[in-house]
Amino acid sequence: MGVSIEVTNLNAWYGTNHTLQEINLNIPANHATALIGPSGCGKSTFVRCLNRMHETNPIARVTGTVLIGGLDIYADAKPVEIRRRVGMVFQRPNPFPTMSIYDNVAAGLKLNGYSNHHVLDDIVEKSLKNSALWEEVKDELKKKSGASLSGGQQQRLCIARALAVDPEVLLMDEPASALDPVSTSKIEDLIFQLKSQYTIVIVTHNMQQAARVAEKTGFFLNGRMVEFDSTHKIFTNPSDKRTEDYITGRFG
Amino acid sequence: MTRIRFQQSLEELKEQLLVMAGLAEQSIQRAIEAYRVRDLSICNLVSISEMAINRLEREIDQAALDLLAMEQPMAVDLRFILSVIKINADLERVGDAAKTISDRVRSMEQMAQADLPVDIPRMAELAAEMVRKSLQSFIEGDADLARSILTMDDAVDAMNRAAYKALTKVMEEQSHLAPQALNALMISRALERVADHATNIAEDVIFWVQGDDVRHHKSIKTAPDPHVMG
Repeated sequence: MGVSIEVTNLNAWYGTNHTLQEINLNIPANHATALIGPSGCGKSTFVRCLNRMHETNPIARVTGTVLIGGLDIYADAKPVEIRRRVGMVFQRPNPFPTMSIYDNVAAGLKLNGYSNHHVLDDIVEKSLKNSALWEEVKDELKKKSGASLSGGQQQRLCIARALAVDPEVLLMDEPASALDPVSTSKIEDLIFQLKSQYTIVIVTHNMQQAARVAEKTGFFLNGRMVEFDSTHKIFTNPSDKRTEDYITGRFG
Repeated sequence: MTRIRFQQSLEELKEQLLVMAGLAEQSIQRAIEAYRVRDLSICNLVSISEMAINRLEREIDQAALDLLAMEQPMAVDLRFILSVIKINADLERVGDAAKTISDRVRSMEQMAQADLPVDIPRMAELAAEMVRKSLQSFIEGDADLARSILTMDDAVDAMNRAAYKALTKVMEEQSHLAPQALNALMISRALERVADHATNIAEDVIFWVQGDDVRHHKSIKTAPDPHVMG
């Protein structure tokens, strides 16, 4: 099941560039939360702080508190453990190109010490079913490589790979921006189904997509979170003029 | 500013609606004038305007639909387009009400003049003022002005109820005046509807400008939940 995320006084830097400033935010469990804002506003940096990916850059720095399911991820947990609990899907699908579909999904499990084939088979099947890819690939699991799939299928394969290690949170950084409309619809339907089991945070430039899939939406601008509210409120009657100007296309 | 073409399209939509508003307002004023001076030539103008209003209604709906489909408007722009669609329908109904009044004026031509206990000119003045103010609130995006119109509707409703009571009595007690009384009753009813449409327009302006849904604000708290009604 998904868990809530509580962010308090979060600041992030790349070198001297203060990219996130005093972010305070509570993301509810088992909901999809969308983060929107113009390029460079800090939304991708923010999600990378939620699984400690931000600190993989040597010049990056973070202060503040992030509680995931009550666990302080910067004080009480190792990055590897956090990244198991908080899965991530990127803009461009990145399957391991030489591995089979099966091995792509099982890769994270094997790294975590799973070796029993029956257990692996079950988890791979369950993960591919949860990512709505099973029916399309079940007959060629070990024959076809991940790279041979279409872009939309590759992205669902990456979602299956993220789900296989049983995360509580799924971060998605523009997961459909490189996909055609049909593949985008499949990803959106998938998000809709997955949010009953996982807490989903999705970064998107597509505001209609945010409106379609998320119950909550946050608007970022210049490293600050300007407004966080129900998606309905943000897209019909936002409280802040800057939010309204952005979503109506008056700047951005 | 980005989306310049979209913003221009919104301005064009507003201008189209203002043309429609001008025609509807002129139409109701002409119908009232036709009643006051019993002039059938004015009635002809009302009929011509009504046809133009009907044509504009379709054009405005089509333009609004195109913007919804092509531009995926958000927030204040989305509220504006929804309000335009609804105001458009209300203005078309104002045109219909003007036509109803002018049709009654035509039929009065065949009838003897009668002194009826109903102040149609006063009621017409109030309804026309509501239309004028509601359109002013739309032109200026003035939610405060729009809110001031909502209370005016009660006065027109009260006048219509009083007219109904008085004219029914005339029909009962002076049957030879029944045709004139019936005509006056239909005009009173048309004016009451014009005031209702002006109220709707004012409510839509408030929704567009402030995002507040103020419709049925008096009765909504005590209304039964439609989702649990058998």
